Amino acid sequence: MIRLLAILGFALLYVPLAVLIIYSFNASQLVSVWGGWSTRWYGELWSNDAVLDAALVSLQVAVLSASIGTIFGTLIGYILSRFGGFRLRMLFTAMTTAPIVMPEVVTGLSLLLLFISMEQLFGWPQGRSVTTIVIAHATFGMAFVAVVIQARLAGFDRSIEEAARDLGARPVRIFMGITLPVIAPALISGWLLAFTLSLDDLVIASFVSGQGSSTLPMVIYSKVRLGVSPDVNALGTLVILVVATGLILGALIMSRAEARRRRSQDRS
Amino acid sequence: MREGWGKRAVIGVPFIWLLIFFLVPFFIVFLVSLGAPQFSVPPYSPAFEWDGWVPRFVGSFDNYVFLTEDDLYWRAYLGSVQIAGGATLMCLLVAWPMAWVIARATPTWRNVLLLAVILPFWTSSLLRIYALMGLLRQGGLINTGLMWLGITDEPIQMMQTDFAVYLTIVFTYLPLMVLPLYSTLEKLDGTLLEAAADLGARGWQTFWTITLPLSLPGILAGCLLVFIPAVGEFVIPDLMGAQDSPMIGNVLWGEFTRNRDWPVAAAVAIAMLALLVVPFMLLRSSPALRGEA
Repeated sequence: MIRLLAILGFALLYVPLAVLIIYSFNASQLVSVWGGWSTRWYGELWSNDAVLDAALVSLQVAVLSASIGTIFGTLIGYILSRFGGFRLRMLFTAMTTAPIVMPEVVTGLSLLLLFISMEQLFGWPQGRSVTTIVIAHATFGMAFVAVVIQARLAGFDRSIEEAARDLGARPVRIFMGITLPVIAPALISGWLLAFTLSLDDLVIASFVSGQGSSTLPMVIYSKVRLGVSPDVNALGTLVILVVATGLILGALIMSRAEARRRRSQDRS
Repeated sequence: MREGWGKRAVIGVPFIWLLIFFLVPFFIVFLVSLGAPQFSVPPYSPAFEWDGWVPRFVGSFDNYVFLTEDDLYWRAYLGSVQIAGGATLMCLLVAWPMAWVIARATPTWRNVLLLAVILPFWTSSLLRIYALMGLLRQGGLINTGLMWLGITDEPIQMMQTDFAVYLTIVFTYLPLMVLPLYSTLEKLDGTLLEAAADLGARGWQTFWTITLPLSLPGILAGCLLVFIPAVGEFVIPDLMGAQDSPMIGNVLWGEFTRNRDWPVAAAVAIAMLALLVVPFMLLRSSPALRGEA
């Protein structure tokens, strides 16, 4: 019984994706008509400059914002789990958790109004562009990275850091030599999380993007709103393919590393 | 507390970033919400005028009064809470058996099933919503199938209904519910269940007295992860919902883009902050909840 319910749950997750993949090979323009197998929509996707440009903008924004978000998020996670009490800690904690629960429309509107006010006062940033999207995405990205880093630091034996300090190592050296290598896996998963969230975001980017800096979700959204567009099926299939390949490769590498670790433990 | 120079610098850098790009914007939103719309760039009147260096308050709280007078806003707000709450509950009901089966599976199957839950989570949510639209629309697969089977003569209207909004929220947020549930169910001590069975407890008795109470932290975490973003959801009601019953996120968006009434949009944002985010932050920091989670 419970297995049947679980299977239904997985079916809910996967049936729409399977239909999307099958219909991406449909030769017919109409969704309800099967016109035979074809790769026509992949060709149209490849020759669609708006989609390709937007994909480049999205990748650029995601890489930049995930990198900034990871650097700042690591600092925040480290501060929150290692620095103990300091002045304004309450405010600091609130500011680092609030972006996660903030409704997207509120974040988007508030950042847009900030950028407009800054432009009036200082003349920067001039209009909305890739820069403003990167700033917006980095800000919520760092909040998520901080959570991942904090979780990793909470499960890590602090006595190694203390031993290094007792032996006279400076804080920067301890961080670089001990803390950073230990949290490296969390750094990677935090970066990937920030990267994915940035690629996924439509609402915030719609508020803070300007002319010529439309992201991929914005272009997809306008296509979807206009009605059926079969090339979106092809795009979806490609995204699923890339994510699946990445996840399976990642899982294989992780299980290999785990097996190696176990073997070396058995030997010692 | 001694605070060294280096430590201050380490705290200072992210602190200043968050101050400028997270906290200050809300003060600006609040100031804008005190103004009135006007034809200018930007399209609102300032809340303060400057007599030389002395600020003089010229704004008003009219926008907030307006929000309470026009029942569009209350209906949208309550409707959003209702839809998000209902969808969260449905999500829990769908996710629980999945998390249970994953937690009880053999290690190999467990990894495969976990990957199967994570994969949609890493895939663009907009593309997944589009995939669901392909099933639900008038000429979509479900209606074509039903008509082919002769169950209905005319396509059933599923898009632009509350049903579509509920279904899409469950579909989109399902991984966020399954993962925390799984992590508590995985830690559940199997011997407790065996003991209950040995003592003659029936399946549902064990469930109500042992499994459910022990998985409460996961249930709570999953529900918050789904409910909070679902209340402010914009894309799902915009693509799937009926035009005459917008959610609060769509109301804000509409005021901002279609009506170009930035002050009212800002007031809606402040109201969402006060009625949604602040209660959550207080709840989070309350010791009662922290002890439970």
